[in-house]
Amino acid sequence: MRQLINIELFKIFTKPRTYIGFGAIFVIIVAIQVGIKIKGDEMVGMIIETLSDKFIFEGKLINMYSVGYIILNTLWIHVPILVALVTGDLLAGEANSGTYRILLTRPISRVKLIISKFIAGWVYTTMLIIFMILLSVVVGGILFGTGDLLVMTTKVSILSSDDLVWRFLAAYSYGLLCMTTVAAMSYLLSAMSDNSIGPIVGTIALIIGITVISTVGKSLLEPVLPYFFTTYLTSWQKFFDTEFTMNMISHDILIQFIYIFGFFFITLFYFRKKDILS
Amino acid sequence: MLDVGYWMLDVGHKINPESKIQNPKSNIQNPKSFMEPYIEIKNLVKHYGDIKAVDGLSMKVMPGDIYGFLGPNGSGKSTTIRMLLSLIRPTSGQILIFGHDLAVDRYQTLSRVGALIEKPDFYNYLTARKNLDILGKLSKVQNLPARIDEVLAMVGLLGRAHSIVRTFSLGMKQRLGIAQALLHNPDLIILDEPTNGLDPQGQKEIRDLVKTLSQERNITVMISSHVLYEIEQIANRMIIIDKGKALVEGNVHDLINGEDRQVTYIVDNPEALRQMITGTPWEAKFQKSSPDRVWFKITKDEIPVLTAFFIEKGVKIFAVEPVRSLEDFFLQLTENETAN
Repeated sequence: MRQLINIELFKIFTKPRTYIGFGAIFVIIVAIQVGIKIKGDEMVGMIIETLSDKFIFEGKLINMYSVGYIILNTLWIHVPILVALVTGDLLAGEANSGTYRILLTRPISRVKLIISKFIAGWVYTTMLIIFMILLSVVVGGILFGTGDLLVMTTKVSILSSDDLVWRFLAAYSYGLLCMTTVAAMSYLLSAMSDNSIGPIVGTIALIIGITVISTVGKSLLEPVLPYFFTTYLTSWQKFFDTEFTMNMISHDILIQFIYIFGFFFITLFYFRKKDILS
Repeated sequence: MLDVGYWMLDVGHKINPESKIQNPKSNIQNPKSFMEPYIEIKNLVKHYGDIKAVDGLSMKVMPGDIYGFLGPNGSGKSTTIRMLLSLIRPTSGQILIFGHDLAVDRYQTLSRVGALIEKPDFYNYLTARKNLDILGKLSKVQNLPARIDEVLAMVGLLGRAHSIVRTFSLGMKQRLGIAQALLHNPDLIILDEPTNGLDPQGQKEIRDLVKTLSQERNITVMISSHVLYEIEQIANRMIIIDKGKALVEGNVHDLINGEDRQVTYIVDNPEALRQMITGTPWEAKFQKSSPDRVWFKITKDEIPVLTAFFIEKGVKIFAVEPVRSLEDFFLQLTENETAN
C-alpha cells in the first residue's frame, strides 16, 4: 500500500498542473498581503472611525493575524478549484490518457488503488493548505509583524495575540477538512468520468451553484440547507468566537466527515465494478 | 499422387454458434494439448444493454502457442481481451487462466500475464525508464533496474531509456508497450492489435519480436488482429470471431491449406494445357481459361504439385498467382455466417 501511495504521489508531483495550485496560492496570498500593506491603513481607518465612539484602539490592527484572517476568508473561493484540479484528474486522468489499461492489468487490487489515490490526493490538499499557512505566516510576519485580531461578525470580538495561534491552527484544520470533502466529491466525479475537465468543472459548479442557490433562495432551501456540506464551509469562523466551545463546531465537523466517507465509499463501490473501456 | 480427401479432412472446424468449440484432431496431433490450457474461455457473454458484444465465446490457448485472435472491427476481440485482463466484467461465462478462475484468483493469474491493449499509452510526461519503474513496482519485479535494462534492450529502446515518452514515435511506443508487458517475466502475453498504425517496417519488427519471444523465451502469445496476413505470418493456431461468436478455430496451417483457393496460371498455350489435364484428377479442379491464362481451384499444398506436373509436361509457365488468401477465407466465413 505504501508503495502504491508513493507511486501516486510521484505521479501527482511530476505533473505540471499540480504546481498551478501552488503558484495560484502564492500569487493570491502575496497580492492580498501587498495590497493590504499599501492600502490597509486606509481601510482600517474607516473601520476605526465607525467604532471610535465605542472602543479605543491601541497598537497595530493590521498584523500577521488580521491578514491571515482575511486570507482564510478566501479559502472556500479559490482553494476548491485548485483541489479539484488535481483530485478531479486522479482517476479521469488515467482514463483520458489510456493508462488505466497498463495500470489495472497489473496484479493490484482496485480497492487498494482507490485508497492510495485518495490518500495521495489528500496529501496534495494538505500540502496546499500548509503552503497557504506558511506563506501567510512568513510573508505576513515579515510585512506586518504580530498583534491582536479584531473580528467583526454579528458582534465585534478582539482576540489577544497570545490566544490566536491555536485558533488559526484549528481554523486551518477545519479548512483542510472542508477541502477534503471537496477532494472526495471531485474524486467521485473523477471515477465516473473519462475526462478530467468534467470532474473539475463539475466540482466547482456544484460548490458555487449550491452556495449561490443557498444564498439567493435561502427561504426556499431552508429545510435542506443543514444537510449541504457547503453550508458549513465558513464554519471555521466559529474558532474566532471569544466564547468558542467544541459543541459549536462538532455538528459541522460531523457533516463534513459524513460527506467524505459517503463520497469515498460511493467511489469505491462504483470503481470496483466499473468496466474500463477507455 | 494426390489425395484430395486427406487435405479436406485436415482443416479447422466450422463452429456451430450454439455449441462449444470442438477440435478433436488437435488433441491427437498436438502433444501440448494434453497440458492444461493457459487460457480457457467457457461460454463467455458480455452485454452492453441490448447489445451482445460477446455471445457465448469459448476457446483455448495452449502453452507455447502463438494464438491468433481474428475478427473484423467490432467483432468483440477487444471486449474479450479486456475481460481476460479483468478490465471488463463478463455478463456470464467463465475465464480460466493457468487453470485459475479469473473471477476468484485475479492477482495470481495477472502476475503471470503481460498485456498490451490497443494503442500503447503511458505517462507521457515521464521517461521510458520511469514508466517501467512504476509498472515494475506494481508487479513487484525483483531486481527491477536490471530487468528494465533487459526488456528495453530486448525491444531496442535501451538508448532511449531516459527520453520522455511524449517524444516517442508510435512504433517506439508500441515497442515500449511490449517491454512493459514483458517486464515481470510473464508466461503469457496478450497483445491487442499491436501493429495498428505502424508502417510495414514497424509491423515486421513487431512480428519478428513476437516470434523471438515465442521461440527463444518460450512465452505463449495471444495476438489479436484484423490484419489477417499478420496472423498468417506468425500464429500457429487461431480463432476467427464475428459478432462476438466463434466462426472457426484451428491450426493456421491446416485452415489455410485445407481450403481451396483460386490459382491463376499464366502460360503459353492454355488450350494444350487443358488437353493435358483431361482424365487426370486436375480436370475436376479446372475452373476456366482465357487466351493466356488458366484458373484452377486448389489447396495451397497442391500448387507446387500441379506446377511440377505442368513443367514435366513441358508447359511454359510465366507466372503462378494464388488469389485465395486468408482474407478471402475470413470473408467467406463471415459472409456465410451473415447469410445463415
